Amino acid sequence: MRDLTIAAARTALRSGALSARELTDAHLDAIAALNPRLNAFITVTPELARAQADAADAALRRGAHGALTGIPLGIKDLFCTAGVRTTAASRILGPFVPPYESTVTARLRDAGAVFLGKTNLDEFAMGSSNMTSAFGPVTNPWTRRGDNAPLVPGGSSGGSAAAVAARLALGATGTDTGGSIRQPASFCGIAGLKPTYGRCSRWGIVAFASSLDQAGPFARTVEDCAILLGAMAGHDDRDSTSADIPVPDFAAACTRGVRGLRIGIPREYRSDGMAPEIGALWQQGIAWLRDAGAEVIDISLPHTKYALATYYIVAPAEASSNLARYDGVRFGLRAEGEDLTGLYENTRAAGFGAEVRRRIMIGTYVLSAGYYDAYYLRAQKVRALILSDFTEAFRECDALLTPTAPSAAFAQGEKMDDPVTMYLNDVFTVPANMAGIPGLSVPAGLDAQGLPLGLQILGRPFDEETVFAVGTAIEHAAGFTAAPAAG
Amino acid sequence: MTYTIEGATGPWEVVIGLEVHAQVISNAKLFSGAATTFGAAPNRQVSFVDAAFPGMLPVINRECVAQAVRTGLGLNAGINLVSRFDRKNYFYADLPAGYQISQYQHPIVGTGTIAIELADGSTRDIGITRLHLEQDAGKSLHDQHPTKSYIDLNRAGVALMEIVSEPDLRSPEEAGAYLRKLRTILRYLGTCDGNMDEGSMRADVNVSVRRAGEGFRTRCEVKNVNSIRFVIQAVEAEARRQIEVWESGGTVEQETRLYDPARGETRSMRSKEEAHDYRYFPDPDLLPLVLDEAWVAALRRDLPELPDAKRARFMRDFGLPAYDAGVLVAEQATADYYEHVARGRDARLAANWVIGDLFAALNRTGRSIATSPVSAAALGGLLDLMADGTINGRIAKDVFEAMVDTGADAATIVEQRGLRQVTDGGAIEAAVAGVLANNADKVAEYKAGKDKLFGFFVGQVMKAMAGKGNPALVNATLRRRLDGG
Repeated sequence: MRDLTIAAARTALRSGALSARELTDAHLDAIAALNPRLNAFITVTPELARAQADAADAALRRGAHGALTGIPLGIKDLFCTAGVRTTAASRILGPFVPPYESTVTARLRDAGAVFLGKTNLDEFAMGSSNMTSAFGPVTNPWTRRGDNAPLVPGGSSGGSAAAVAARLALGATGTDTGGSIRQPASFCGIAGLKPTYGRCSRWGIVAFASSLDQAGPFARTVEDCAILLGAMAGHDDRDSTSADIPVPDFAAACTRGVRGLRIGIPREYRSDGMAPEIGALWQQGIAWLRDAGAEVIDISLPHTKYALATYYIVAPAEASSNLARYDGVRFGLRAEGEDLTGLYENTRAAGFGAEVRRRIMIGTYVLSAGYYDAYYLRAQKVRALILSDFTEAFRECDALLTPTAPSAAFAQGEKMDDPVTMYLNDVFTVPANMAGIPGLSVPAGLDAQGLPLGLQILGRPFDEETVFAVGTAIEHAAGFTAAPAAG
Repeated sequence: MTYTIEGATGPWEVVIGLEVHAQVISNAKLFSGAATTFGAAPNRQVSFVDAAFPGMLPVINRECVAQAVRTGLGLNAGINLVSRFDRKNYFYADLPAGYQISQYQHPIVGTGTIAIELADGSTRDIGITRLHLEQDAGKSLHDQHPTKSYIDLNRAGVALMEIVSEPDLRSPEEAGAYLRKLRTILRYLGTCDGNMDEGSMRADVNVSVRRAGEGFRTRCEVKNVNSIRFVIQAVEAEARRQIEVWESGGTVEQETRLYDPARGETRSMRSKEEAHDYRYFPDPDLLPLVLDEAWVAALRRDLPELPDAKRARFMRDFGLPAYDAGVLVAEQATADYYEHVARGRDARLAANWVIGDLFAALNRTGRSIATSPVSAAALGGLLDLMADGTINGRIAKDVFEAMVDTGADAATIVEQRGLRQVTDGGAIEAAVAGVLANNADKVAEYKAGKDKLFGFFVGQVMKAMAGKGNPALVNATLRRRLDGG
């Protein structure tokens, strides 16, 4: 039952072959059994989930179902959920329980979804391994062949990706600031989409870097991602950056096929240091699309090499300002001090982990008088060039195909010594955030150690439909059916 | 004549620029829907956006933007169709987000001018550098508890217009005139109530001194001065302090200072080294503010008549001297009142009554023009009784006082008290005869050439008639009887 896709579960629920309560209980039982080891959920809300499931069953009996009635989901613990503790995986939020519901989760709830709980993440979504969570690391349900060393699920939305991969939820929400949906999707062998910036409202999502943050779905199939996005997306007048454009039928777009589409292969993504298996999989993906009737062309994105450095100026700059509100005055953790400065220092020292502190310091530095022009302002200029690279590329092609991440999942504890090594995980995903364009990671194969690898499809702004169509083609060609041992 | 302060080594000029924070009149805050009423119980007008709860986002309030545009138009300033909001980052307990949303590099309003009027009747144009929109902070209350501070966020997020002048002001008087004029314009526009005692208008005063003919020397900023009187005092105190520093061989350091009205001096708040690094950057939660030209044009079309235009019209249409016109337009309510009285009547006489008797009565009774015990219609009625000869000017003063005291209209008071002017020739004849008979000695003196006594006879006759005699008839009758005409 937990192996069902969202599409199949919907059919079963609507036909009465399956009840929402059964489906929810099955997932809650699995969470109870596996979460102690995987740590994918920070908070599980069984009472709430069962109540929502019962309401879903009642709605189904009345025939008054929504797009997701009875579908159990995990919610990244960066989305504020009314009455349910929201932590951002940080100590600084303390026992904070939001009195409001984020727009995205409110839409999912209105569509009938069942919320199983809040999933783990890197603290304030800052990380690519889920190792920076104040609630402990998430363990990837996948392991290397013949090796039980616990692996990271990627990050920052590691809990969501692990939960979906381990069959603890049919789908989950994530947020993607520099790859935080796509990289964990790749590491966990599932599909994950970062929509166009502005497609989903940011209202009620704890902010990391406002100009880059975008909510998106995780699921085990591309079509399921499309179904979830359809419920999450749409204009919200409470978010000034949310786009006032219609939400198309994303699921219908999945079956469009790729015949006649022009797929660009950005040559700058082909680095000398690329793992051979990643390169081979990429070539395989190109062949699959060509076989499916797409025209594959070589494309140049000349400013790609600056994207990561630029990202690590823009994102920390915005974060340093966004995180100033965690000061111990109004909500969350408070560590008393001699005076106001002492209160700030004690609260923030006790509340923020090392990576968050590092990024606040980097961000404060690049915005400081005397450094602003050299760092932040220059980064904004480079960002404009990166966007224009994509704009130019999309004059010639309809979508781009790249690897999602430079490696498969690594072991917990690896790459921890040098933050820059960790930051390199985002090298293929960051450009899409800088440009605001949609990006989808689709599981495409296993490496020699039996770990999943993903391919990334990038599309024009607000053309998630083409991205889904190409993703579906890859998915079908890859025939990826592998599942992790834990699940 | 350039205003100077005499130092030990000679005269010094004073250079002043003002940054005025004017609270925008709007029902809701700049980026949240919370209400803005003054005087609400603490923390009762606070949304989750104002309190900077996680995930909350700002959404611009269109009316606040309209108010800023109206103000810009009222200051003869250029409106920037594209402007931008930036974050000004600093930590303070009453700044919930840890940053203030402001406009740093691209303000909504560009350069403009304000014409100020000085006591000698001259006017000067003062340059406006810019006007930008920003959020107000909350209030820290340090006197409610022995060891803790209380925070009231009602004001947090309320829209402010920061209006920055060029360093064009040259005397404390000019600084005061600038603030009064700015306040008048804001009140006419209905964009800020200008109530400095409620904090809805506050001034930061930049002061430097120099010798005649020099460029600018280092300035100091005196922060948050909350009355026009204190601004005038602060300019003078700060200028004198700087002159002393320069004359004793020292150097004025750029710094932020506070004015202490009790001691009449400024004192250092923080030096340049201690100045905050605000780390301004464009607020990524907000798109650039793009205004539609037609919308701006519509706002311009709907602007009320502003004080300078009204003053010119009063001078032209009502024949008023510049000073009187200036006094009457200083408050829109006064101008409206005056116009109501003056329309269809002797406009100069109406001006004298409003500026003289009415203002005196308001002062005495502690009322404002809006709550005046004598309405414009009632004062007009009084003027009508004078114009048609029902009462004379002397009696009118008494009638007016009775109107102030009772709220009754002029005609009623005249009837009830029998104050109607006597134009009956026989009654005047009799009164004159009586006065002359009783003052035979004075009549003899007059006839011997003491002309000045004529006024005495007029006074005696009016007194005999309880002030109600028609002055022209009384005069004519006396002339005839005394001069033998």
